[in-house]
Amino acid sequence: MKVPVSIRGLSKKFGSFEALKDINLDIAPGEFVTLLGPSGSGKTTLLQVLAGFVTPTSGSILVAGEELLTRPPHQREIGLVFQNYALFPHMNVFENIAYPLKLRRLPRSEIETRVRGALDMVRLSQFIDRPVDKLSGGQKQRVALARAIVFEPRILLMDESLSALDKKLREQMQIELRHLHERLHTTTVFVTHDQREALTMSDRIAVINNGALIQFDTPRAIYDRPRTRFVADFVGETTFLPVELGTSGGASVFGTPLRLPDHAGAVAAAQSDSWLALRPEKLALSPAASPETNVNSFSAVARETIFQGDSLLVIAGFPDGQSIAVRLVPQEANRGLVPLPGQPIHINVHRNDSILVSGDV
Amino acid sequence: MLTAAASATQIRHYQRLWLYGLCALIFTFLIVPCVLIVPMSFSASNYLEFPPRAWSLRWYREFFDSAEWMDALWLSLRVAGLTTLIATPIGTAAAYGLSQMPERLTKPLRMSFLLPMIVPNILVAIGVFFVFARLGLNNTVTGLVLVGIMLALPFVLVTVSSGLQSFDGNLERAARSLGATRLQAFLTVTVPQIKSSIAAGALFAFVAAFDEVVIALYISSGENSTLPRRMFANIRDQVDPLVAAVSSVLVVASIVLLLIVQIAKRPEKGAAR
Repeated sequence: MKVPVSIRGLSKKFGSFEALKDINLDIAPGEFVTLLGPSGSGKTTLLQVLAGFVTPTSGSILVAGEELLTRPPHQREIGLVFQNYALFPHMNVFENIAYPLKLRRLPRSEIETRVRGALDMVRLSQFIDRPVDKLSGGQKQRVALARAIVFEPRILLMDESLSALDKKLREQMQIELRHLHERLHTTTVFVTHDQREALTMSDRIAVINNGALIQFDTPRAIYDRPRTRFVADFVGETTFLPVELGTSGGASVFGTPLRLPDHAGAVAAAQSDSWLALRPEKLALSPAASPETNVNSFSAVARETIFQGDSLLVIAGFPDGQSIAVRLVPQEANRGLVPLPGQPIHINVHRNDSILVSGDV
Repeated sequence: MLTAAASATQIRHYQRLWLYGLCALIFTFLIVPCVLIVPMSFSASNYLEFPPRAWSLRWYREFFDSAEWMDALWLSLRVAGLTTLIATPIGTAAAYGLSQMPERLTKPLRMSFLLPMIVPNILVAIGVFFVFARLGLNNTVTGLVLVGIMLALPFVLVTVSSGLQSFDGNLERAARSLGATRLQAFLTVTVPQIKSSIAAGALFAFVAAFDEVVIALYISSGENSTLPRRMFANIRDQVDPLVAAVSSVLVVASIVLLLIVQIAKRPEKGAAR
């Protein structure tokens, strides 16, 4: 089932604390949306509002055009997957997954078929009779997932669902969840504080901070064109350089005029509080200033080189003392571009990778 | 037993002998009254004495053959049973309600629930006597059950609350998201998780009602005397070993009850498989 979800003007106050500030979010039918933000940003509160366990102070949520907030949790048809799995300890795997079906009074044979189907989908068929305390973390997570999808909910909510798993298993589950979503196409809202997880899994990412929606975009746009310093900082590694605005509308860094991308808004974004956001892997090094017209070139001094296995990190310092990281892949490093500490170098970035972001309000 | 210290700070068993001795003393202190009463109940004498000079089962016969004593036992069982049936659901509901409330409200509410456990029974007895006199509840089963509930509620509340403390509220939220109403979620998910606490609460409720004597002295008498009330009167007027016989029966009954609870508390088959 594919339903659109439209969150309008949603606010939640706990006393004088604003947990959610006027959130507006339109989720397309069948879309996989991630709420990304640091802990305490309000992303879990938003999820709890969707699930019906927290009543918002104001606003509305329309699911397929119909108000969701007036429905009690048990009538919302929302599959919910918790971080700690929340499997019922007094029931085995089959009973856990059959629970929502029994509540819906489906005939026994259909319950059986559906539970088996859901277990197949999460590849756990052979565990159907296991007590849940005899399962590993990854298996528990799959049972929780099977239980949340077996009754064909309109929306699937996942609250930090993978964070209890170790790194390898988590990355594997991310891909599996992605594939499952491609099969079911249930509108999904996933909550995480892990930016890489968000980039891997989502159709679109909603970055949330201090209860406000900062940016809602595709993973690529979030990464390549972050709108604020917070987004650029939270997603990926970033060095920020202060931008001086000229009277004629041009922008410069360390006195060097900036060459900026053509796409609209790049210069418009340049407000009084503006920063140039640079990603380590989009930078290149050269001994002298790059002659290319599409490249911004800054002079700096190499400080140290750090070996990180798949890459080499060069830390350099600008004349004002600020440091910047440049990531070199081994091929480049092999070509002899590794500077020695103290060596003057130029840091080059293509104008299309020169992102201007506004400071945070 | 450790004969040599494994490290410089290791305390050896003989260095702790004083502790074992103290524990043995405390244990004796706790158990002796219960054990002492048993041999006294098998006495052939007309008076309570220890050790008995001759042995007999006459006091047991006396107890089980006496219509008055059997009436008292039956009354106490009925009062305790009814109290348990009513106090357990109310106490469980109260504990659950308190667990769902914002904390600033729970403290005063919890205190008022626990009041009957803190206020001296003799004060409660006087109050209850005057209220019941107005309502015509003195010397009735209803009155005794009402008092029983009042005394039993704190026990149920405390035991069930401690059970709920280790209960993961997400389980209930999960159930509700899966389509269960609050009541369904409570009955199918929460209750099975805290059932051993509820059972313990019920047991305490039964004992609290069964064991009550101070208030019963005021509000039950004559034909409507509870078993402890009659035992109290007996030891005051007759001092014969019948009281010891009744006590021994109660001690055995308590042990059986405790064993049942212990067995029920063991993990279910489903979880242990």
